[in-house]
Amino acid sequence: MTTSRGERIDALAAAGPDVGVSLGASAWRRLRRSPVFVVGAVVIGAFVVVALLAPWLAPHDPGLRLLEGQVVRARNEIPPAQPGFPLGGDQEGRDLLSRMLLGSRQTLLVAVLATVIGLGGGLVLGTLAGAIGGWVDSAVMRVVDVLLSIPSLLLAVSIGALFAQQSRFTVILAVAIVQIPVFARLLRGSMLAQRGSDHVLAARALGVRRRAIVFRHMLPNSLGPVIVQSTLVLAIAIIDAAALSFLGLGAPDDSVPEWGQMLGKAQNVIDSHPQLAFWPAGAIIVVALGFTLVGESLRDTLDPKSRNRA
Amino acid sequence: MLRYTARRFGQLLLVMAALSVLLFGWLRSLPGGPVSALLGERGTPASRAQLTEALGLDEPLHVQYLRFLGRVAGGQFGTSTGVQPGDDALAIFLQRFPATIELATLAILLAVAVGIPLGYLAARRRGSWLDNAGVVTSLVGVAVPVFFLAFVLKYVFAVELGWLPTSGRQTAGIDATRVTGFFVLDGLLTREWDAAWDSLRHLVLPAVALASIPFAVVFRITRGAVLEVLDEDYVRTAYAKGLTDRVIRGRHVLRNAMLPVITTIGLQTGALLSGAVLTERVFAYQGVGQALAIGFERRDYAVLQVVIVAAAMVYVLVNLLVDLSYAVIDPRVRT
Repeated sequence: MTTSRGERIDALAAAGPDVGVSLGASAWRRLRRSPVFVVGAVVIGAFVVVALLAPWLAPHDPGLRLLEGQVVRARNEIPPAQPGFPLGGDQEGRDLLSRMLLGSRQTLLVAVLATVIGLGGGLVLGTLAGAIGGWVDSAVMRVVDVLLSIPSLLLAVSIGALFAQQSRFTVILAVAIVQIPVFARLLRGSMLAQRGSDHVLAARALGVRRRAIVFRHMLPNSLGPVIVQSTLVLAIAIIDAAALSFLGLGAPDDSVPEWGQMLGKAQNVIDSHPQLAFWPAGAIIVVALGFTLVGESLRDTLDPKSRNRA
Repeated sequence: MLRYTARRFGQLLLVMAALSVLLFGWLRSLPGGPVSALLGERGTPASRAQLTEALGLDEPLHVQYLRFLGRVAGGQFGTSTGVQPGDDALAIFLQRFPATIELATLAILLAVAVGIPLGYLAARRRGSWLDNAGVVTSLVGVAVPVFFLAFVLKYVFAVELGWLPTSGRQTAGIDATRVTGFFVLDGLLTREWDAAWDSLRHLVLPAVALASIPFAVVFRITRGAVLEVLDEDYVRTAYAKGLTDRVIRGRHVLRNAMLPVITTIGLQTGALLSGAVLTERVFAYQGVGQALAIGFERRDYAVLQVVIVAAAMVYVLVNLLVDLSYAVIDPRVRT
């Protein structure tokens, strides 16, 4: 729905204390009061702290098969919890707690790298399409449409299958490329909305150069939905990486643990040893929920339409 | 309306054409190239040379592409090397497709049957415990990996409680007549009630797991749309002119709020196909998704090609239908 300028000004006037405050400052003011945001931010904060301190928190080396003697493959026996190993061992006799703690690092790495690559690609394509328009816009958007017409997991898996050797990086790349068209389309949409807006017309009338209009006026004003989407993609990337591992396209080398990979590899023993799946799955759910909560509360506050709603 | 339909069909053709280029490029860039991709591990030097010649890999690129198009149009995707070795890839797909449609349809029905009423009630009673519970559930639903949810459901209801079967589409050895390939429908058509019931029991757990994806989205979109419509001037006008609450709810609120919900359901087709790959694998449900999962594991590129082409086609077609139905409901869209 487009609202007329008059209505927008009326709404601003009715907003009371937010008048004269930038959208960012007003958003932050309301974010701090939002329980959804606070819960999400605390979860992510704890996750990042654990990831940073993991080598000092972990009681053992996650790659060492300390309990190998207790693993009996023929009888599907896996080391249970015992003194010094509160969560027991994994399929190879490595300490599960240490693997969970250090797994947070790689999980964070997967989420951040995949999002940065997806965002970067999307920014380039979306800016090209939205700023230049014309045939560039048509060409870019047709490619984006095609990529979006393939269900996301199928696309990720197809990209993953292109590499002769799977590694953590191929997983990140597969998850990231799927997000490029999403970001591109989002950015192009909000750039197009900017093109006809008053402040861009004013800048053009003042004789501001096209490059400056695009990078100083249009791009910064189009970033709101992109920031929201990035937060959500951080969660999606972790879950998608787990799905790739589950389908056998994850990194084969698991000496350095990652939660999605741990969950994917636990599928063969899940009926007899559900704890091997429950710990990484629980961690993924909590962290993904944290990113989702932050993303949703950002969406609510950055969307100017909802700005004045109670 | 006719012009709108024609334009949308034009876009569809463009997307399909671009998709064929993408698939052509994908096959050529696979590790080892298309020959090893199609032959798999069964390739001998003689059969390799034969296939290279048969595929015309020494010819110019555009000729190769046209030939590739011809093969795809003729349904020649090659022979399966991993999923059901020796069988025709297209036949495998056609045999499994009804299973996935059955699963996805039940999942969507579940999501809509629960999501729309719940979303509507949540919006009407904004801030109530029902609203909060619904919002929290939909947020958690997004964060739970669907294959993990499938494992938990299977563990609790099939392994521990034993209420429902753990895997497959039908109990082995049951006497069922095949008519359409849709097992539940077959049972109803032939009046083999026990067979229909048995297939339905096999469907419940995978469908509930799969429904978690569209449920979260349907609930949130319904809630948001109803909230937005309740704010509209015409709803206030309707109240002002003294219409009963029931008429306003049905004719003004629900009808207008359903537009974004319908679009969303169309967009969920892709997520459903992705989710089906994961849930079908957990429950060893013999659908397209399972074929795809096994196909990637065993590098069965013939089957992968068919499934990827078909999945994209289904997705694009469903969204075309959604857009067209949208244009029927809301004339403002036809521009």
